[in-house]
Amino acid sequence: MNSIDKNPVAAAPSTVVVREAAAPRPRWQVLLIRPETVTLILLVVATIVASRLSPFFADLGFILESSTYYIEFAIVALVLTLVIISGEIDLSPAAQMALSACLFGTAFKAGLPIPVAMGVSLLAGLVMGAFNGFLVTVLRLPSIIVTIGTLILYRGLAQVLAGDKSIGGLPSWFVGIDYRMVGIVPVPVLVFVAASIALGLFLGITIYGRQIYQIGTSEIAAIHAGIRVRRIKMGLFIASGITSSIAGLMVASRLGSVRYDLASGAELTMVLIVMLGGTYIFGGRGSILGTFLAAWLLVIIATGMTVANIAINAQLTVMGLLLIVSIIMTNAIYARSQR
Amino acid sequence: MSSIARLFRAREAGILVMLVLFVVVVGLIQPRFLSTETLRIVLLAVPLILVAAMGQMMVLVSRNVDLSIGSILGFSAIAAGMVFRDYPDLPLAVGFAVGVLSGAALGFVNGLVVTLFKLPSIIVTLGTLSLYRGLLFILSGSKQIDPNDIPEPLIRMAQTSPIDVPWIVIIAFAVAFATWLFVTYAQVGRQIYAIGSNPSAAPLRGIRVMPVTILVFTLSGALAGLAGLIYAARFGYVNPGITGVGFEFTVIAAVVIGGVSINGGVGSVLGTVLGVLLLGSVQVALPILGVSGFWQNAIYGGIILIALVIDRTVRQGGLRGLLARGGA
Repeated sequence: MNSIDKNPVAAAPSTVVVREAAAPRPRWQVLLIRPETVTLILLVVATIVASRLSPFFADLGFILESSTYYIEFAIVALVLTLVIISGEIDLSPAAQMALSACLFGTAFKAGLPIPVAMGVSLLAGLVMGAFNGFLVTVLRLPSIIVTIGTLILYRGLAQVLAGDKSIGGLPSWFVGIDYRMVGIVPVPVLVFVAASIALGLFLGITIYGRQIYQIGTSEIAAIHAGIRVRRIKMGLFIASGITSSIAGLMVASRLGSVRYDLASGAELTMVLIVMLGGTYIFGGRGSILGTFLAAWLLVIIATGMTVANIAINAQLTVMGLLLIVSIIMTNAIYARSQR
Repeated sequence: MSSIARLFRAREAGILVMLVLFVVVVGLIQPRFLSTETLRIVLLAVPLILVAAMGQMMVLVSRNVDLSIGSILGFSAIAAGMVFRDYPDLPLAVGFAVGVLSGAALGFVNGLVVTLFKLPSIIVTLGTLSLYRGLLFILSGSKQIDPNDIPEPLIRMAQTSPIDVPWIVIIAFAVAFATWLFVTYAQVGRQIYAIGSNPSAAPLRGIRVMPVTILVFTLSGALAGLAGLIYAARFGYVNPGITGVGFEFTVIAAVVIGGVSINGGVGSVLGTVLGVLLLGSVQVALPILGVSGFWQNAIYGGIILIALVIDRTVRQGGLRGLLARGGA
């Protein structure tokens, strides 16, 4: 790595300092000093602090109920975790949620039955994701700026579609997914848990999952190793699009109506969950477990602030600060544990 | 070097052609677009974007991005507005100083976090976008600065001046000119390009990347702060939940259209000015063409993507280079 030495002569083989290999770190350190551990500790601390402040937090049912406000974003954050591990980023999911939900609403208003309208919405998610993927993998534009562009485009199109009015009148069987319970667990939470397990297994034990890590660690090495980098990235962007549209439908069901500004600003929440979960912003490292824990951490913190009567606008301060602190900490941990 | 210079010229010529074409086409469809009144409206719409775009241009040239300028604009406008409201006896200049300095301070924080911890600016400024917005809600107590709290002289700056062009237009173009001088003749200004062209080579040439990067973010913040005062002058109120929301995207759109490369190292003041004018013309043309204002964001998004593809094409030597998929 240090090939840009000041003096090329100094880099001649005879003068190369033979460095002792560092002793392997003790196993407990490898297991414990990792970002997910920090997330877990924070989660435990936050829960204890919150339950001291308010008896509500001792009640699992209350936490599960309040989690439905954030769980849609957490579901998208799971897929975003894979995208970021692969070394890309997608800032457009919140806008994709809005556009696919508005398409759903418009299709329903046009007289299509709900299942067909949902199909339209999912198809839109696929197309939007594929468009992102096309710009990134075929035209080779940086995903950071591409997805800022499509963020504006998709939300703009949602605005064109829905104007500034909300589309409501959805049938009662469709509305209120957050009130459907399995035991004491709301359906969206169940979806989140199931998606976490599925994606965790996908990332952890399938060949594709391991290849995502390889791509994020070194894309060039991955190409030379015969990994179909572009195909996998395209797949990830499409997955992000479809997941966003599912999340959009869940919001539509929860609110009973759709507007173009649905989930506006939620890109911050999603990136925050992924970063809090210890996924490395430069790719190659991270886990679904971390994102899963971070989602609950966010639920506890956000709900805690609401219970403590902190205005939702002032909460923005904490969220922003949290995002910055979490990347700084994650980077520091990786810098310590990796050379 | 000369080929790069040619590229610069080609880019700006391209944007100019786009601008002229746009004006002519809209003028053909709706002749009343080609009037001095339109020019006046465009010139009034431009200063806000132009001032902030100068800062964002330098940030992009240094291979960073600043997503927090909308919140900085809001914060500075609120801070200055509160000075106007609570200390009406102080001269206007104090309000300006408060706005610009608070913007500079917030920008400085961005730069410090980005360089000190070596973090990607997009994530840091996404965080500060939220952080600063939250702070401005706390600072203002979620209360709006009402029109009657904005001093009369400030409002007049958006209307007239001794030479009959509103002050804010003069200020905006003066800022653009100063930026041009800075990035063309000042050593630090040139170093921004060096850093953006090759961040790992710049320190080997003796450039102190950290202070220069911090300076760039500070300038971007200060200019966003100035834009906050222009906002107060033009709209006559400041609302914590409205002022500057989504502004960063408009500015990034203008700058990217202006031929500033998101890969750093490439971008000019002239191109950015033309990009801002093009965006301003689009903004003004939509209602004249009878297109619903709801289209504005979709069009901005589309324009950004088109500009990115064009930028890619130019760098890869035309369409063939783009489709040959050589190199990264």
